[in-house]
Amino acid sequence: MSSGDVWILGITMTKFGKRPDVETDELAAEAALGALKDGGVTMADMQVLAAGNLFGSGIGQKLQKQIGQTGIPVFNVANACATGATALRTVMMAIKAGEADMGLAVGVEKLSGAGLLGGGPASFDTQTWTPRGTDGAVMDLDGRVGTAGMPGTFAQIGMEYGHKYGGVSFELFARISEKNHAHSTLNPLAAYSKAMPLEMIMNDIMIAYPNTRPMCSANCDGAAAAVLVSDAKLKTLDPDQRRRAVKVSASVLTSDPYEEGCQVLPNVNTLTRRAAQQAYDAAGVSPSDLDLVELHDCFATAELVHYDNLMLCPEGGAVDFFESGAPFRDGSTPVNVSGGLQSKGHPISATGIANVWEIAHHLRGEAGPRQIEGARVGLAHVIGLGSACGIHILEKAS
Amino acid sequence: MASVPVVRALALEPEPHLVAQECTACAARFFGRRAACASCFCETFRDADVPTDGEIVAFTIVAFAMPGVAVPYVAATVDCGGTTVQANIVGVEPTPEHVHLGQKVRLTTYPLGTDSHGTEAIGFAFTPIGA
Ligand SMILES: [Zn+2]
Repeated sequence: MSSGDVWILGITMTKFGKRPDVETDELAAEAALGALKDGGVTMADMQVLAAGNLFGSGIGQKLQKQIGQTGIPVFNVANACATGATALRTVMMAIKAGEADMGLAVGVEKLSGAGLLGGGPASFDTQTWTPRGTDGAVMDLDGRVGTAGMPGTFAQIGMEYGHKYGGVSFELFARISEKNHAHSTLNPLAAYSKAMPLEMIMNDIMIAYPNTRPMCSANCDGAAAAVLVSDAKLKTLDPDQRRRAVKVSASVLTSDPYEEGCQVLPNVNTLTRRAAQQAYDAAGVSPSDLDLVELHDCFATAELVHYDNLMLCPEGGAVDFFESGAPFRDGSTPVNVSGGLQSKGHPISATGIANVWEIAHHLRGEAGPRQIEGARVGLAHVIGLGSACGIHILEKAS
Repeated sequence: MASVPVVRALALEPEPHLVAQECTACAARFFGRRAACASCFCETFRDADVPTDGEIVAFTIVAFAMPGVAVPYVAATVDCGGTTVQANIVGVEPTPEHVHLGQKVRLTTYPLGTDSHGTEAIGFAFTPIGA
């Protein structure tokens, strides 16, 4: 009897960092071949491929030309920083729908030296002011009517939480970053794996108050890939493959429902809270069951609000949750033991699979010096501004 | 001198203020054209004047920007009597000591440059009340 569950059979992430030696499709191939080998399967076993590369196009087919063209359907997906999670979700849906019993999800990005992202290009007529677009703007509004950039947007998201519940400060946000940089020292695949003292973080270059440079996600190159398999198919595989399989107990994707102000300052809270609730319900687990969490700390200010959105603490209790030591690797709910996006790095489309890899790595008991002992259940969260939220809850095979 | 607002939502007469597109069914407010209300899908809107006084509910001080934008500048989210507005905060030193959450602010306008026909673009921002 098949349970209808979907499992991760193979999963991998490349080393994050600078990879001038390879092209984007080659980096994707490195991750994809790694995931296939990890699962003990080949492209001949894949019946669907979903791939994401936000700063390129047609990565799925380019990847096939690197590792195997078998004629299977390819979905090229793009969902901002949730692109990797969306690729996973796409393969999940194909398997759940019964159209495939095995599929490959891949996310890749080459971002080294890309600088800070945000505020799209625009061309305005400076000779004759001419209202353009739905806003009837005569010039680029970024920096003139508020900020359109990611650093300033996520800075405000953290400050808004402070306005609502109190207790936030520049130092508090910097200490969250200090935690993640400390965690990264145990992660050999992180782009940056140096501990940073609090003073160094606070005295670094201010990007958008209250986030200094080390409090922002690190642009880098990287890829991650996963092979998903149906419960029925898994039962036909070797005991060794079955033993390392990780159950996907919940796979959820949400967008933001309308609320006052959400088109002015993006609301990353409601869609995350909804995704979390749906994921907990689907998996039949509660936040207190989680042995570790990888959440989308694209900026230190973002990590704070997601403690609350993922219901790791009572509503309004994110500051107390952090102060209690809970999200540190020796705490009750370790958060971002990989080092998070601030130190591990954030190659956009790879992120939503790399954080699932991190959880799976611990559930398999293969995380070496940074292993969270006895980890059985974990949650991986990403958010793409606009917005899209992806949450996966994973469980160790029992 | 002829002038033009930086965005259509900025009305310069009789006194500068923002005009939102308000859904005729549920009163949700939007800045800029919408095909239908994102909240209730109603397809008709009316103009609604937004109060010019508000309170800072979130802010940041941005240190890097595209050419032509002076840094650092304060960007903020302002609650204007229940309508959320995004704008810069001007008339105050751009430091965390001078800008704070809950600060009361008021709409103001300022010139953003003149085109080759001599038309001046008028921008809007908020400035602390009593500052
Ligand atoms: Zn409506």
